[in-house]
Amino acid sequence: MHYHTPASFDEAAALAASATGITRFLAGGTDVLVQLRADIVTPDTLIDIKHIAGVHDIIQMPNGGWQIGIAVTGAEMTEHPALAAAWPGVVEAMDLVGSTQIQGRATLTGNLCNGSPAADSVPAMVAADASVSVCGPKGAHKVAVLDIPTAPGRTSLAKGEMVTAINLPAREPGGGDAYLRFIPRTEMDIAVVGCGVNLRVDGGKITHARVSLGAVAPTVLLVGEAADAIIGSTLDDAALDRLAAAASAACNPIDDKRGTIEFRIHVAGVLARRTAKIAYDRAIAAGE
Amino acid sequence: MSKIHVTTSVNGDAVEFLCDPRETLLDVLRDRLHLTGAKEGCGTGDCGACSVTLDGRLVCSCLVLGAEAEGHEIGTIEGIANGEELHPLQQKFIEHAALQCGICTPGILVATKALLEKNPDPTETEVRYWLAGNLCRCTGYDKIIRAVMDTAADLRSDMKEAT
Repeated sequence: MHYHTPASFDEAAALAASATGITRFLAGGTDVLVQLRADIVTPDTLIDIKHIAGVHDIIQMPNGGWQIGIAVTGAEMTEHPALAAAWPGVVEAMDLVGSTQIQGRATLTGNLCNGSPAADSVPAMVAADASVSVCGPKGAHKVAVLDIPTAPGRTSLAKGEMVTAINLPAREPGGGDAYLRFIPRTEMDIAVVGCGVNLRVDGGKITHARVSLGAVAPTVLLVGEAADAIIGSTLDDAALDRLAAAASAACNPIDDKRGTIEFRIHVAGVLARRTAKIAYDRAIAAGE
Repeated sequence: MSKIHVTTSVNGDAVEFLCDPRETLLDVLRDRLHLTGAKEGCGTGDCGACSVTLDGRLVCSCLVLGAEAEGHEIGTIEGIANGEELHPLQQKFIEHAALQCGICTPGILVATKALLEKNPDPTETEVRYWLAGNLCRCTGYDKIIRAVMDTAADLRSDMKEAT
């Protein structure tokens, strides 16, 4: 295994483009090193991206949007009050990943690029309409977070392409987001179902909404029917019933030791209700 | 395979070593630097027995490569006592019998020291969540939690007396 510490994105992407065999980018290493040690994935080329300028920064852009560096850890996000105020759902979702020790290393970009259908931060980012900046042979461009995972453990990033930042939109007035997951215990487990909701209210009525689900399909789901079920409502009981039904209907889960298909479908509806209520309360509070 | 030359700092001492690119920081600490306080429990970041600090941040040394230590500051259990004088957490762990087999103890001490530096007045719930990544199969955790809460209270009253 060759270990590289490129000083720029161009250098890192060129290394990846010219490498033969298995290539992995190393940020926090909480997935890459586990796979390495378990002999699941033994990279021939390991590209440590933490020496690239700016990768540890959380920046608010002039338009109010946020740019999160690819080496920013979960702990650093949680410790950033302005980011947590703007996108509490995204920050809380990342904070649910692993222990204190894992939070000291794990990154939003790694959680996305590892490609797990149960990644906690990914539904929250999809609800937030986050995008990633990508560099590589095709030049710099942006891709919606929704379009990165293609199957469990797989992403749409081509050879030589790499994520250079995560972009969150500006928080609009009267907006709020939330993320909840179900696990069989209170801490340190993998989501059985995860749900992200991001919405905006005007005069108590929901004007925009995005509802996403994790761990109930091979990739994260953006559920348009679930958003439509609450847009125009004040999140009354009838709207919540429609939301839960739409969320459950969108699921295409597997049975595993953490939950059956029926359980996941049911819990998706329950979580959608609870998550939407939190996002709604935050949006109302932000609009006051 | 060519080895990587790494210059770092461990418990305030400048350290140099050569390591294989696949070697973890835990391997380096134990096998090259002979600092065997950090333990290998799971090797996959679940148990916390290998906990150290990296630039003050609590991490699992089994999930850090030795090569990644270049230019950073590592803190291990060996750096917690002041010579022969135990750290207050170590003293309280003895008084509360907050250990049995001892495998998890170095990791838990490093983790709780990091907690009390960040939050000198944690609630019991905060302590339990902070330590969720440190597994102990002997104590049932309660004595550990008592020892941490007691240390925190003592350190706070020491601080008050000092001011």
